[in-house]
Amino acid sequence: MKKLFTTFFATILAMTALCGCAGGTGASSEAKTSNKATYGGTVVVGIQQDIDGLDPHKVTAAGTKEILFNIFEGLVKCDSNGDLVGAVAEEYSLSDDGLVYTFTLRPGVKFHNGNEVTAEDVKYSLERAAGLLDGTPLVSPLKIVTAVDIVDEKTVRVTADSVNPELIYSFTTAIIPYGSGEDENADPIGTGPFRFVSYTPQEGIVIAKNEDYWQKGLPYLDEVDFKIITSAETALVELKAGTVQVYPYLTDAMATEIESSMQVLVAPSVNVQALFFNNAVEPLNNPTVRQAICYALNREAISDFVAGGDATIISSAMLPTLESYYVDLNDTYGTQGNVEKAKELLAEAGYPDGFDLTITVPSNYEFHMDTAQVVVEQLKAAGINATIDAVEWETWLSDVYTDRNYQSTICAITSDMTPGYLLNRFESTSKKNFINYSNADYDAVYANVVEAKSLGERGILYKELQKILAEDAGSAFLQVPANKVAFSNQLGGYKFYPVYVQDMSTVYYVK
Amino acid sequence: MKKDSTKNPNIYLLVGGIMCGLILLLSIVSLFWTPYSPTEMSAALRFKAPSFAHIFGTDNFGRDIFSRVMKAIGSSFVISLFVVGISGILGILIGSVTGYFGGIVDTLVMRVVDAINGFPSILLALVVISLLGKGKQNVVIALGIAFTPSFVRIVRGEFIRLRDSDYIIRARLMGTKKIRILFLHILPNIFSTFWVSVMIGFNNAILAESGLSYLGIGVQAPDATLGSMLSDAQGYLNSSPWYALAPGLTIVWMVLSAAMLSEGISRAKK
Repeated sequence: MKKLFTTFFATILAMTALCGCAGGTGASSEAKTSNKATYGGTVVVGIQQDIDGLDPHKVTAAGTKEILFNIFEGLVKCDSNGDLVGAVAEEYSLSDDGLVYTFTLRPGVKFHNGNEVTAEDVKYSLERAAGLLDGTPLVSPLKIVTAVDIVDEKTVRVTADSVNPELIYSFTTAIIPYGSGEDENADPIGTGPFRFVSYTPQEGIVIAKNEDYWQKGLPYLDEVDFKIITSAETALVELKAGTVQVYPYLTDAMATEIESSMQVLVAPSVNVQALFFNNAVEPLNNPTVRQAICYALNREAISDFVAGGDATIISSAMLPTLESYYVDLNDTYGTQGNVEKAKELLAEAGYPDGFDLTITVPSNYEFHMDTAQVVVEQLKAAGINATIDAVEWETWLSDVYTDRNYQSTICAITSDMTPGYLLNRFESTSKKNFINYSNADYDAVYANVVEAKSLGERGILYKELQKILAEDAGSAFLQVPANKVAFSNQLGGYKFYPVYVQDMSTVYYVK
Repeated sequence: MKKDSTKNPNIYLLVGGIMCGLILLLSIVSLFWTPYSPTEMSAALRFKAPSFAHIFGTDNFGRDIFSRVMKAIGSSFVISLFVVGISGILGILIGSVTGYFGGIVDTLVMRVVDAINGFPSILLALVVISLLGKGKQNVVIALGIAFTPSFVRIVRGEFIRLRDSDYIIRARLMGTKKIRILFLHILPNIFSTFWVSVMIGFNNAILAESGLSYLGIGVQAPDATLGSMLSDAQGYLNSSPWYALAPGLTIVWMVLSAAMLSEGISRAKK
């Protein structure tokens, strides 16, 4: 259930788009401002749901992690291009066998309580997250870490028992003071640009400037107030009234309505939306039927209807913004739909008159509901009689995701920074493989991924995986929706990330 | 009834009749024909303001709102008819027996009715739907159950009033069968009171059905209903006001016409 949350919560939720986004290389965008940045001031940011805790190693909801990004930092952190840069660690080196990471700590990094970060703190934090203290890894990729050793005051050595070129992404894990453990949940202390001030359930969380932040000149703001606004209509009213200055989850309709009075910043999100097939049920266990559906869908029209044309059309499970790993497969089925070809394939598969298809959709995501309506209409043209089964989010989680008791569903999966994150779920034995996808070729290539020692090698294999998934029509991948952020005209400096975070440290009032 | 209204012009009956007639006509026509397909989408026609081609405009998928309203009137009408039918018949059966015979059964049944009455009808319908699942039939069942108590009360009250009247006592002395007394002697005499409550029930059923669809648990997308159209239109209230106005005014029209018709009928009776 927790994993689920990580993966889906935010994404789907907002259907509207979450905030993290853009990226890859150079796709990050910054608010256009010709004016000068000033220090000071308070900004209110609207968020969509309550947080699920404050312990940075334990929270799972993407909606929480996006806020904690401002309070905590790891040895390394992600920048707006999606690259890893040093944070608590100044630099690191990797041994030739790929098993030993040596981190040199940055001098003068202080916790919010005023203490300088020591090697002891780093060792404690990593051991806690890797489960070396009590046997339960809190950050699962770190479970291959076998030892964290203090070399000297400023150097920490981490040893893993197997090679994983993507492990470095997990060193974004928050560094917390030695021994703080469970206390973090009540009084979180980190090294980030903002320190925690207060949290009121169902109202919001307040953070204030960290005067001692190691990055000189940041942050600009004195205080940031994350206010929970669960209804989009309320958010719109608050934006218009000026009581909320930043709202990162605009729907297409809201964006149209607000753009006259505020800046609307747009960038691709980190969500992959698809019509997911349960590959284990009739008639979707037949690849020809799945391909027919892919041909029947006019992705361009879907994007026009539900995303105002701002989405990126895709045909496999990878974000185009992860450029080194993405391969454009839109030619596989075309983007404008091919009803003739779809009918031909259906006849070939033994369904000349089409068949009945149930699409289970979480009803709280207007974006997915709208998409479903368009899909139903498009499938009708190919003779497939699709019906929408709108369910509550909890029902969706248990029936579709956990029990895999469904025929097809429209939802989105959220990526994290690790390039393989979106692809590992389609390996036939993966616990996250809720579409029951099972393809021997895919599994074989995936086994090679695990063996691959370098990211470059993995990139080639990831492209191969995407191709297999697209040609076999494991699911009908639709689009990567855009994130639309409402941003007050008085502010500047907003940065999009290729991960799901709200970085407030670079935001400032213009003069 | 018609004779009455010609003798003494009855504006309620006339206007209500015409308004209701229009609704009835649209809902029957919608079964066979609508100007456009109610589900066909067109990217080129999104958010078109009302015009001669689309008299109510188009929605966020470029669908013709008038066609969707026609379909929605049809399904609202049918659902409300079934709701009133079910709850009315149950009301007559339960109300007549408890009202005529009284006693322990009456006390028991009326306490149950009181208990059901204690819940707001939408809340009760929500509970029933969460047990049965979504869909048209379940909306009918849920609202049918929720609306029954009010009919039981009215029928029971009338039966209590009439059971001791002279002609019933005589019929009883003549040895007339009870079932004959209940349904041939008493029932026709409660008709005028009952009819008014049927019309009010019909109004409430339209509102309740729209309310459930608005909450997303009535008729399911992409089928059109007035409630779900209103809910979809909410996000476009400022940019495309016609989208919300069409289903909203249609609900007003339907409720008003049924209310006027029932008022007209009760005036005509006097």
